[in-house]
Amino acid sequence: MTDSILAVEGLVKLFPVKLPGIQRFLPGRGVAVHAVDGISFSLRRGEIFGLVGESGCGKTTTGRTVLRLLEPTAGTILFDGVDITHMKESELRPLRRRMQIIFQDPHASLNPGMTIGQSIIDPLLIHEGVTEEEAKAAALEIMTEVGLSPAEQLYLKYPADLSGGQKQRAVIARAMILKPQLVVADEPVAMLDMSIRSRVLELLLELKRRYGPTYLFITHDLATAKFICDRIAIMYLGRIVEMGPAKDIYADPKHPYTKALLEAVPYPDPTRRGRKVLPSGEVPDAVYPPAGCRFHPRCPVSLPTCGWEGRDFVDFLELRWLSPEIAAAEAAIGPVEGWKSKGLIASRDAQDADPGRLADTVRTIVAQVKSPMTEAIDAVEVDEETVVVRFRPPAALEPKEVEGRIVECLLYGGQDLEPAPTIRT
Amino acid sequence: MEEVLEAEGLRVHYTTRRGFVKAVDGVSFRVYEGETLGIVGETGCGKSTLGKAILSILPPRTKVEGALRFQGQDMGSLRPDKLREIRGKDIALIFQDPMTRLDPLFTVEDHFVETIRAHEHVSKAEAIVRAVKALASMGIPESRMKHYPHEFSGGMRQRIMIAMSVVMNPKLLIADEPTTSLDVIVEAQILEILADLRRAYKMSLLLITHNLGIVAEVCDRVAVMYAGKFVELGGVRDVFRQPIHPYTQGLLHSVIHLESKELYSIAGHPPDLVDPPPACRFHPRCPHAKEICHIEEPAWVEFRPGHFAACHFGKDFL
Repeated sequence: MTDSILAVEGLVKLFPVKLPGIQRFLPGRGVAVHAVDGISFSLRRGEIFGLVGESGCGKTTTGRTVLRLLEPTAGTILFDGVDITHMKESELRPLRRRMQIIFQDPHASLNPGMTIGQSIIDPLLIHEGVTEEEAKAAALEIMTEVGLSPAEQLYLKYPADLSGGQKQRAVIARAMILKPQLVVADEPVAMLDMSIRSRVLELLLELKRRYGPTYLFITHDLATAKFICDRIAIMYLGRIVEMGPAKDIYADPKHPYTKALLEAVPYPDPTRRGRKVLPSGEVPDAVYPPAGCRFHPRCPVSLPTCGWEGRDFVDFLELRWLSPEIAAAEAAIGPVEGWKSKGLIASRDAQDADPGRLADTVRTIVAQVKSPMTEAIDAVEVDEETVVVRFRPPAALEPKEVEGRIVECLLYGGQDLEPAPTIRT
Repeated sequence: MEEVLEAEGLRVHYTTRRGFVKAVDGVSFRVYEGETLGIVGETGCGKSTLGKAILSILPPRTKVEGALRFQGQDMGSLRPDKLREIRGKDIALIFQDPMTRLDPLFTVEDHFVETIRAHEHVSKAEAIVRAVKALASMGIPESRMKHYPHEFSGGMRQRIMIAMSVVMNPKLLIADEPTTSLDVIVEAQILEILADLRRAYKMSLLLITHNLGIVAEVCDRVAVMYAGKFVELGGVRDVFRQPIHPYTQGLLHSVIHLESKELYSIAGHPPDLVDPPPACRFHPRCPHAKEICHIEEPAWVEFRPGHFAACHFGKDFL
């Protein structure tokens, strides 16, 4: 018996993007959504481990991939010490009864054509080969335990006859009837009304006390995670940015993204209003995740070494030119559609203008605006008829141990910062 | 303070195969100039129906009773064309899911031009100038005017919706769960935008939500709705600090927030609005219910200045 019921190492899950028409056959077009992009974590027996993040961060994909409901692109998954990463479905099947999942939407996770009883006994019939009478007895028992009573009556009902809370209890009963060792609970209370949410959470805690399963608890709700998780991992665009004991992370978040999330949660006390320090913009496209730290374009405390690249400069111009006065004054290097970016480079064709003068305008702007982005610019040059803005490559980013947790951020770990660069002309 | 909207004894009944659904059942309130009034309640309490009733955009064969006055005008007596003039211009609406409210075949520019020219006789060029300004104030550059809704992120779409609602400089903005489909950081961004707009344009905001945290952060007053009725209405500080109705107490207690010490939930389930419980509708779930609560409907009483509730035992909770 190993310490961890689930150990994930370097997990990657890419979803290839289907391109329209002829683009599919052009070279260099193998684009993919980087849903999960190299994450490692392990679940200790009997703990509640929270995967926390905003929509699109890869938390649900992670939950499904560790159960092999999705095929991992790379990495390894150990379940109870057994490598299940590439296990054949026939070998996996006996293990499946020990790992279950609770989905977010109770209305969509029960077959409308099956009675509640049929849904709940189904896993027993599949995995344990019991008779229908035995299965029914077990189902009635677990139904009473999850608060579906009178169980005899509800056993014969269809999902449509039940409320949302009752359906979620049925889904939980179905997951728990096999007494699994690992339960992936994917936003189990997100669809429920506030006044009954706590009851379902209490039920999950009660079932854990009774049967001791390990929960992988997936949620976007930091308050719920704080309440029920022992350890949490904060995910952003397919990466774990901070991971450790929930108590420590909530008391003293280290990663700027964790801080931002905690700051943004509305707090039900009108005497505590105030302007919040919020990151700008939204989560970028996971098909083209930002270089370096993926949070750098939105980070309020970023450094010049965090991963600034060509498109950050183009985004900067676009925002800058929201002001009509500035846009008019800098019309020579506009509009923003004239700029192209690739990797560390942003460039603009000079067209009929003198590229040297355009480069001077860009240099003036860069010198005026002091920001981690402009400080990361290595040079503004003229290459034939093109103005080129080139960034220095980012510093290497590694998860580091910081005060009892793992943090992936250049602010920690004693990375030497390079001195502020001077713009070469 | 001047009132922008006044509802008196508002009732909305839907006809369904199972019978009358009393989604809104005798609701009275006022919205004052420049204030934010929150309407808070759980799924199916009638809060969205209330918002739609104000704009008269309910489905056909819906029965609406009671009086609705907007800036002193009786909305019920207005001709449909006059109503259309007010709707979208003086009263604007922001929905929960911006993707389904923007036409996928229209560019952002098309949306704005259509909206502006439906209400004012201006040239297309002038409409575009105004659209660019409204969008820029939401942080959306002119370069994106020709883009289609699917080319924007969820937060951007909601910004576009907000820009479109305020471009006509409305007196009253009704926002129905404006941030529910958004992530927490973008939600906070949108709430700040709404607060800024309200200050800048001096408009009133009716914010419909299930999220008490949002109410606490942006509303001046709040009405708590349960099973088609208001159970409590008052200043946000009063209602949060000293809730009078046991439902409000339970709801506040059941919010899981970052400083929660225990899990709490209200017993039972919200009632079926086809056949709601008699008298006080909350009595089957109320920990303080006594005999009178089954028999007699509680009166709407002002327990403190400006703080109303409908509970027989309201005095006990002061």
